[in-house]
Amino acid sequence: MTAPTTRLPALGRVFRVRAGVELKEFFRQRESVVFTLMFPVILLVVFGAVLDYQIGEGVTFTQYFMAGVIAAGILGASLQNMAIGIATERSDGTLKHLAGTPMPKAAYFVGKIAQVVAVTVVTIAILLVVGVVLYGIDLPSGSQWLTFAWVAVLGSAACTLLGIAVSSLAKNGRSASATVTPFALVLQFISGVFFRFDQIPEWMQTIAAVFPLKWMAQGLRSVFLPDALAASEPAGSWELGRVALVLLAWVVVGLLLCVRTFRWRDRADG
Amino acid sequence: MRGLVKSYGGRNAVDGLDLDIRRGEIFALLGPNGAGKTTTVEVLEGYRSRDGGQVAVLGVDPATGGRRWRADIGIVLQSGAGDSQLTCLELLTAQAAYYPDPRDPHEVLELVGLTEKAGARGRSLSGGQRRRLDVALGIVGKPALLFLDEPTTGFDPEARRQFWSLIRSLRELGTTMLLTTHYLDEAEELADRVGVITAGRLVEVAVPAELGGRGQAPAVVSWTEDGLRRTEATQTPTAFVAGLAARFPGEVPDLAVARPTLEDVYLQMIGQPS
Repeated sequence: MTAPTTRLPALGRVFRVRAGVELKEFFRQRESVVFTLMFPVILLVVFGAVLDYQIGEGVTFTQYFMAGVIAAGILGASLQNMAIGIATERSDGTLKHLAGTPMPKAAYFVGKIAQVVAVTVVTIAILLVVGVVLYGIDLPSGSQWLTFAWVAVLGSAACTLLGIAVSSLAKNGRSASATVTPFALVLQFISGVFFRFDQIPEWMQTIAAVFPLKWMAQGLRSVFLPDALAASEPAGSWELGRVALVLLAWVVVGLLLCVRTFRWRDRADG
Repeated sequence: MRGLVKSYGGRNAVDGLDLDIRRGEIFALLGPNGAGKTTTVEVLEGYRSRDGGQVAVLGVDPATGGRRWRADIGIVLQSGAGDSQLTCLELLTAQAAYYPDPRDPHEVLELVGLTEKAGARGRSLSGGQRRRLDVALGIVGKPALLFLDEPTTGFDPEARRQFWSLIRSLRELGTTMLLTTHYLDEAEELADRVGVITAGRLVEVAVPAELGGRGQAPAVVSWTEDGLRRTEATQTPTAFVAGLAARFPGEVPDLAVARPTLEDVYLQMIGQPS
């Protein structure tokens, strides 16, 4: 029996422990490091080498692609990573095991957030370094960094919550991967990651505008491209206000979905 | 626990079950698949809600048990804790951090015989080692009550014996244990009392040697005579064997005296021919 005087461990300490667990789980797993972290870097290297042309105003396609590939990197580190990771942990019993311990439930999510933040920061850093070193990307300056930061934070928050929500739909990690990976790829194609968004058919633009990725890429284009190119956006401007609004709306929707759908047990487990 | 009821789709999976487990004992819950064992245990563990009855685990209703209550119980699930990239020691250290008064992770590794595997990743362990890690994770919080759900499924005989001695040493440390198992010899070896569940009801609770009237059941003496196998059920096997010994000049050929095994009475109780 626990003596009544012994206290439950402080929240902050459990949060730190969970963050440590999540970072080790991610960075020690070769598959997750290659697919989540290195995939956008490989895309940048390959696309940068293959699609070596100017898109106008003296801007290279690689400069344009930088915004898209960072948005895709954030998507991978948050939505894909959470959906697959949590679905796996739900089907292999990790979640049920944790629910049976006195760990405060919030600590699990704090750990996941720490993982997303770390993976996102590392991915963006590598992309920037590779972009500058290999392709002479122009880095953002001044207030553009601020825009960069809020687009990344809001987009990452929205996609993390969506990923947690989506994980509850999947049977297990493999089925989550089989659903989410093609979905993310299609979303990348229609959201202006690989191609210029203004050259994508309008109906695809409309579909893309429902999801956060298009708005993340658009917000990041305002960071990496000269303002002169805002005119070639479908709306004729970067629409930063709308970017913030849509991403915030997805944060709210994602949060509601998480609260309503999150399960600590596998569905097959009753 | 009094009158526990849990139903799925109108069918009572657990149907009015009463059970008392005493402090410090090892109680084994036996029953065929689908009898309601796991459902019962998961209600006690606080994983499932119930549809009727009263339940107190360490004096607390599991449906409302909070972190403080969870700190006093340990759970070893059937499914285990999943793959991990963390080492055994890291996993135990993290788990210990959730509890107010945990055991030293090194001591726990020693107890389950995984000291040499302290630096090995969870996913690199063999089945038996992984199960021992599961138990280590279940006891690192120094629980007063430990749930073990089919802990030795898939073990080879030697690993099971090692596991049993681990469970006995836990009892010596004062841990109460509720064990579910398919293995009758395991229940006999470990449990102070066993309960048999069939169709959502507890059919009997007894010490293993007495279950199903086993203590009073006649012994079966068998031997070979004139090339034929002969058997005789008797309440006085000693006298009967003495009689046999007098009839044969030397050894009685193929003599054996058997009491019904726990498995025999169990199969009878759940309505299966042995």
